[in-house]
Amino acid sequence: MAYGIRLHVWGRNGLFTRPELKVERVTYDVMTPSAARGILEAIHWKPAISWVIDRIHVLEPIRFQQIRRNEVGHKAPAGTIKQAMNRGDLGGVQLLADEDRQQRASTVLVAPAYVIEAHFTLTAKAGAEDSEGKHLDIFNRRAERGQCFHQPCLGTREFAAHFALIAPGAALPPRASQAETADLGFGTPRDLGLMLWDIDHTAPGRPSMFFRARLVDGVMAVPAPGSAEVLR
Amino acid sequence: MIPLSRRHDFVLIFDVTNGNPNGDPDAGNLPRLDPETNHGLVSDVSLKRKLRNYVELARTGEAGHHIYVQEGAILNEKHREAYVAKRADDAKALKEAKEAKKLNPKGDDEARALRDWMCANFFDVRTFGAVMSTGINCGQVKGPVQMTFARSVEPILPVEISITRMAATNEAEQKKRAEGEEGEARTDNRTMGRKHIVPYGLYVAHGFISAKFAERTGFSEADLDLLFEALANMFEHDRSAARGEMTTRKLIVFAHENALGNAPAHVLFDRVRIGRAVDGEFRDLDDRGLGNLAPARKFADYRVEIDRDGLPAGVEIRELL
Repeated sequence: MAYGIRLHVWGRNGLFTRPELKVERVTYDVMTPSAARGILEAIHWKPAISWVIDRIHVLEPIRFQQIRRNEVGHKAPAGTIKQAMNRGDLGGVQLLADEDRQQRASTVLVAPAYVIEAHFTLTAKAGAEDSEGKHLDIFNRRAERGQCFHQPCLGTREFAAHFALIAPGAALPPRASQAETADLGFGTPRDLGLMLWDIDHTAPGRPSMFFRARLVDGVMAVPAPGSAEVLR
Repeated sequence: MIPLSRRHDFVLIFDVTNGNPNGDPDAGNLPRLDPETNHGLVSDVSLKRKLRNYVELARTGEAGHHIYVQEGAILNEKHREAYVAKRADDAKALKEAKEAKKLNPKGDDEARALRDWMCANFFDVRTFGAVMSTGINCGQVKGPVQMTFARSVEPILPVEISITRMAATNEAEQKKRAEGEEGEARTDNRTMGRKHIVPYGLYVAHGFISAKFAERTGFSEADLDLLFEALANMFEHDRSAARGEMTTRKLIVFAHENALGNAPAHVLFDRVRIGRAVDGEFRDLDDRGLGNLAPARKFADYRVEIDRDGLPAGVEIRELL
């Protein structure tokens, strides 16, 4: 863990959608490693580096709420757009929201707060100018000043994530004593079942990879890439 | 077109008087509530819908300001129909496009060309992004503007108002009512309805504008001005029986010098403090002395203060309203 970073993230709500429940979205109990990676990439990322999530600390009790919203049922069809482009007029390129309504409920997390522990490795795309120290400095500088490429989010973009860097050697933000319950795996480890680890964007069809998530004393350890615990 | 080069974060403060700012489909269209604290909520998508409608109204038919996700039949549509009727071959192409089940771009380049064309023509795609079913990397456009749920500063109390209508919808209803009831003709056809209102609520929403995503979608300085204009005026063109009186009261923008920003957003948002105005004095909302105070019923019952002291270097506060 020579190049580890720790980032405190929190927000009003979070929605880390379970892939098996994504029409009426239901969130996982805890942030997924892939969402944590997205938060780090919102602050600093280059093709030369790849973030690896090591641990996720859960700081707040796990609570849920229901929100139902009007959504649209369709995406923009590429074919229609292409035809309009070739024709050079906008006819037919629109989506009438109230004729394409779907009311969907989401089960979201309330007031989640986490500490992401992560490090990065250099990828094959790293050039001579990419040193680990450089990228570590860039990330730390940005996270400390609150700079970001875009505001990170807790699962979906309407739930913005606020973030603060935890300096090396500094203590973690305190966890309220009432949060130290069996729900967070205090006393006995809590099994969260299979959880999305990340999506393999390099393989054809972009398959999802899963792992057996467990909360031990409020901390979820994340298996390393390529370990036997990551299931395809 | 200069793409946006600076990050912006904004705080939008709006209020509602005797209206329903955003109904909850799960609760029979009651105003949305946070069930734990009774604070009112307005969803992000509800605000975005109003922004789209405003731009649709204010920039009808202007090149580059079309709206992709539209509401209902729009006048433009009528123009367009006439257009299509005049060009039979176009209509054929249209029909083809509608009937073809799958037309995917042939590669990354084409997908990019489609996305760029959508961004150039449609304000809402350029601003909020869109998901296109291209089958290539989801063909997603992530827009630079990110909005959060608006939340009322104090708990709200939704009031249910029963209303009557002096007419029946159909004959069957009329017959049903006539049976077993002897009344004057006027009340025979009467039906009852419900309205939900919030007597008064002051709501706060946060927004983020990423300069880096603006580069990708071509969201320009002019678009930013239009967005702020829309935020200030969106309720002025959204009057309806359900809404009551809604007004944008304050729009506070934090402009960073840097594309990545110069300070954390939450630190800036904390500079906007909202309290109750008691005898012209600012009192914190969690001030225990407010216990006997009557509930707020107008904007003047609140005070919005902006802490301008010791602002982080490179951040500028613009009070647009």
